[in-house]
Parts: sequence; C-alpha cells; structure tokens
Amino acid sequence: MKELSLYILDITENSTRAGAKNISLEITEEGSRFSFSVSDDGCGMSEETVKKLSDPFYTTRTTRKVGLGIPFLRLAAEQTGGHIEISSRSAEQFPDTHGTKTSAFFDSSHIDFVPLGDIISTVVTLIQGNPDTDFVFTHTKDGKLVSLDTKELRAVLEGVPLDSFPVLEWIRESLSEQYSQM
Amino acid sequence: MKSLEELAAIRDKMKGKVSLREGENAIRVVVGMATCGISAGARPVLNAFVEEVSNAGLSDSVTVTQTGCIGICQFEPVVEVFETGKEKVTYVKMTAEKAKRIVDEHIKGGKVVAEYTIGNTKL
Repeated sequence: MKELSLYILDITENSTRAGAKNISLEITEEGSRFSFSVSDDGCGMSEETVKKLSDPFYTTRTTRKVGLGIPFLRLAAEQTGGHIEISSRSAEQFPDTHGTKTSAFFDSSHIDFVPLGDIISTVVTLIQGNPDTDFVFTHTKDGKLVSLDTKELRAVLEGVPLDSFPVLEWIRESLSEQYSQM
Repeated sequence: MKSLEELAAIRDKMKGKVSLREGENAIRVVVGMATCGISAGARPVLNAFVEEVSNAGLSDSVTVTQTGCIGICQFEPVVEVFETGKEKVTYVKMTAEKAKRIVDEHIKGGKVVAEYTIGNTKL
C-alpha cells in the first residue's frame, strides 16, 4: 500500500469488525520517530490468536485462506527498522476490560518509510462506515495537535447521524483546517 | 477551526430529514473495504459514491455502506448494488471516475453500466 493512512484504515477496520464501541486512533511524531496506535474495546483475542497474527496463513475469515493486514503492517514498520506491538484481552477472559491495542513504530527518515498520505480520508471513511462507533482521533507532531472526538460531535448533533454527508464534510473540513495550522 | 455552531446549523437543517432516511432506502451500494479492497483503491471509490449520491440529491433513497472481503480479491475494488426486487449488480476494478458514472447512469438513471460489471471483465 502506498500510504500509511491506508494501513491505518485497514487495521482500524479490524476493530470495528471486533464489535468495538469505542476506538482511539493516535498518531505521534517526534523528530523522525513516527508511531500510531489503534485501541478498541472490541471482543479481543486469546494469547494464542495474537501469536498467530503475523502469519499470513492465519485468518478468521472464511471467504479465503490468507489474511494480509497485520503482515503488511509489520513489513511496513520493519522495513524502516521499526516494529509492531499487539496486546489483547479477550472478552471470555476479561468480560469488563476486553479489547485490543495495535501499535506500529517507524523511523520516518528511513528511505523505505511509507508516507502517511491522506489521513483525513481515512478518518472520514471510518466514521462513514461505522456511524454508531465512537472514535477519538489525535495526531501529535512535535507538540502540535490535531484532534477529533465523535462523542463531542454527537452531543451537538442530537440524533442526526454522523454519516450524513454534510456532517462528513464538516469533519473533513475541520480536520483539514487543523492540519493547515499544524 | 470549524466551529461547533456550524455543526449545529447542519443539525438543524438535517433534523427534518432524518426520519425519511429510515426504511425508505430502495438502493444499497456496498463497497468492499477489507485489506484487498483498500490496497486496490477502495477508499476513493467509497468516498466518490458518498459524495456523488449526496450531490445527486439521493441520500434519502440510497445508502452507501462498507463490507469486508467478498472473496474475489483479484477484482477489487468491488462494489455491489442491491435494489429491492432486482438482481444484485457487481461492479469490479472500480475507480472514483467509474463511481460517478454508475451514480449517474445506474443509480439515478436505472440503467446498469454493463461494461463495468463482473460479467464483462477479463482478468
């Protein structure tokens, strides 16, 4: 994939499919240290499942036999000298505190670093596809912050869905205004 | 920064329409958004459908949704159009430009864009 924002979209879709009600997406940049993490309160995974995740021939899907999401992300991080971390608490074992956190660490000065790309489209796409999930998005770059919290928007919207087009446009413009000041 | 007042104005404009959206959606556009779809370019395709459907004033009768892997990864980005009482139409190797034409001719005009369908596509 040509943009990290596409990896982020792909990894975050895992959270929505795990039934998450709350998803937090954090991007942090300090000098050439670039990282992002996706935390959710979805169904989580057992320890054995987490161990198998980097194996492309492991997938829970039934439509085909390979799952490339995590292996792709791992490759993108490792080719810059970085790594990924996944921790998870399954709903069976942790009924009240289940969820998954996936983090990826990169060296953005490395020639093989995949640029972030259109992160605004990724955030808008996630909200469009999951209007009942709450997202907290933060991007910190050398002390400057871009952020969005759908709970705050929901409080204003009084039942108007987050996936209505004018609302999605507002989100897109809000983020691009914040990025122009970053 | 975009103000929450602007969002409140959008809310007031939308509020009357919300009830209409429920239950009356005759057409469903479903975009495959698994790893295969995303890496093949599904994100701009999805966003083009969302925008074109809204620009055409069809948001009350058409929903655009996302799904996982449909199982034909070599044809991604894949878009399925479901319409009550009609057979499903599967569009393959989609682009944002194709999405615009499908909204115009199929969603709005009722005529399937045959050349973009899976039946007319060679690998």
